[in-house]
Amino acid sequence: MTVLAQLQRFGVSYSRDRAVAPALADVDLDLKAGEKLAIIGESGSGKSTIALALAGLLPSEAKLTGSLVWPGYPDRPPRAGRDIGFVFQDPGGSLNPVFTIGNTIAEVVQVNRSVDWHAALQAAHELIDRVRLPDPELIARSYPHQLSGGQRQRVAIAAAIAGRPLLLIADEATSALDTIVQAEIVALIRSLVEADGMTLLFISHDIALAASLADRIAVLRSGRLVECGDTRTIIQEPKDAYTKQLLRAHLAVEA
Amino acid sequence: MPLLEVSGLSKRYRRGDTLVSAVDDVSFTIAAAETLALVGPSGSGKSTIARLVTRLIEPDAGTILFEGTDLRGLKPSALRAMRGRLQIVFQNPLAALNPRATVGRVIDDPLKIHTGFSRGERRSRVASLLERVRLDPALASRPIHEISGGQRQRVAIARALASSPTLIVLDEAVSALDVSVRAEILQLLKRIQRETRVAYLFITHDLGVVRAAADRVAILDGGKIVESGIATEVVSNPQSAIGKALVAAAPRLPRG
Ligand SMILES: Nc1ncnc2c1ncn2[C@@H]1O[C@H](COP(=O)(O)OP(=O)(O)OP(=O)(O)O)[C@@H](O)[C@H]1O
Ligand SMILES: Nc1ncnc2c1ncn2[C@@H]1O[C@H](COP(=O)(O)OP(=O)(O)OP(=O)(O)O)[C@@H](O)[C@H]1O
Ligand SMILES: [Mg+2]
Ligand SMILES: [Mg+2]
Repeated sequence: MTVLAQLQRFGVSYSRDRAVAPALADVDLDLKAGEKLAIIGESGSGKSTIALALAGLLPSEAKLTGSLVWPGYPDRPPRAGRDIGFVFQDPGGSLNPVFTIGNTIAEVVQVNRSVDWHAALQAAHELIDRVRLPDPELIARSYPHQLSGGQRQRVAIAAAIAGRPLLLIADEATSALDTIVQAEIVALIRSLVEADGMTLLFISHDIALAASLADRIAVLRSGRLVECGDTRTIIQEPKDAYTKQLLRAHLAVEA
Repeated sequence: MPLLEVSGLSKRYRRGDTLVSAVDDVSFTIAAAETLALVGPSGSGKSTIARLVTRLIEPDAGTILFEGTDLRGLKPSALRAMRGRLQIVFQNPLAALNPRATVGRVIDDPLKIHTGFSRGERRSRVASLLERVRLDPALASRPIHEISGGQRQRVAIARALASSPTLIVLDEAVSALDVSVRAEILQLLKRIQRETRVAYLFITHDLGVVRAAADRVAILDGGKIVESGIATEVVSNPQSAIGKALVAAAPRLPRG
């Protein structure tokens, strides 16, 4: 597999204050083209920071160290909104409150696929249906504040995949969805990766959910990559104490 | 007398020329020191019930008695006093909290409004609340938009606890927390419940959370309660079609 993005000794500091530990430090990680990579880890461990860094969306005051390169794209790295579909952890933030859902999604379609507005709206309805939202016509005419939290998460997923991105980054994209819809979204994401050759970066605090989707799992703790490997290996022979603790806690909940 | 008594609650939203029924003839009670979980598929009306119970929106039909009083008849001053005793943690903390306010300010506000503590007492309260939700008290000076999603969820919980309420509505309040932090937050909420007899209306999609945190559970589908009972019994042996489907679809670790 070719490498899509490569992080080497990569670090991010949000604060100039040396007393504040960096959000990420010394991360070595390859994102391979066409793979499904999950990042798991405790709250505050740096998961969203990696996602924002890859998409070029970190705040301008953030200080980067080490390197982040896209070997296949020497001239210009893939861009968020065009080559990278991004589902933010707070779905409210990514949806424009004054646009209807239908227009929001159709706009992404139009920008990326050079079709006319009518065809873009048509595609928007299909996407709304694909993320299992009931009554696509009604949803398309709705504004973000008129939807439930889980409905907004699904709209954000539809908008992120509307441009057929090279890379889909989903940051806790199903965290507030019921188990039934969550399973359907996981199946949808899997089919998009397998059919369209998309690459997936899937961020989740839920190790079982990550394992059900990803080829590989990377585990972060306090801004450091403590473990990365095949899903099977991570689940069956975890090496890091924190990974073991996550697995134990999950099995206790399942029992 | 139950702490909260909801009967015949209904709510429809207008969307353009369409009326969407969100909550349809829902009744339940919560006693002091009790935790009722509300589960159900996305769009089934859970957050609408949360907003109705905390009087952020008005029902089309039905009554809500909190501490025996129908809040509808209350004067603004009495309603404000009641708000300290009836807190809500919203599903989307970024939308609910001012993103530019500091963490300390967000937790201090309810202390300022609802308690008579001095500034110094409040400052140490804020620090201890942060510690209780497993956050570094140094975060107090950070604006809300500069902390992580799970840190924000914990700030929202600390804020809700600040005014020592008798009922807290928690809407997907632990959804972004990994199992170990989540277990600690659930333990903290239980401990506070034993100390203060606070009751929780716990909205969650996570059946593990229901089992760990709730005494009773009600399953909502299409705005109606379709099943209710003892939390552990319903989760291990659901009777309704939707309850069975929710349990069957829960992600499990691949084994063997
Ligand atoms: N302000 C509003 N205007 C119009 N319709 C709304 C509004 N808020 C919610 N709805 C609709 O009411 C229904 C119930 O929404 P609610 O937010 O209560 O669901 P929920 O059970 O909390 O779902 P989720 O698990 O996705 O958060 C949904 O169909 C939703 O689209
Ligand atoms: N804009 C920012 N300015 C300053 N610090 C930040 C900013 N965003 C995040 N941080 C800090 O960087 C660290 C890593 O945050 P990040 O959002 O990457 O964590 P996360 O793993 O996504 O956590 P969660 O699971 O809670 O969402 C945290 O300590 C957080 O407080
Ligand atoms: Mg995050
Ligand atoms: Mg909701």
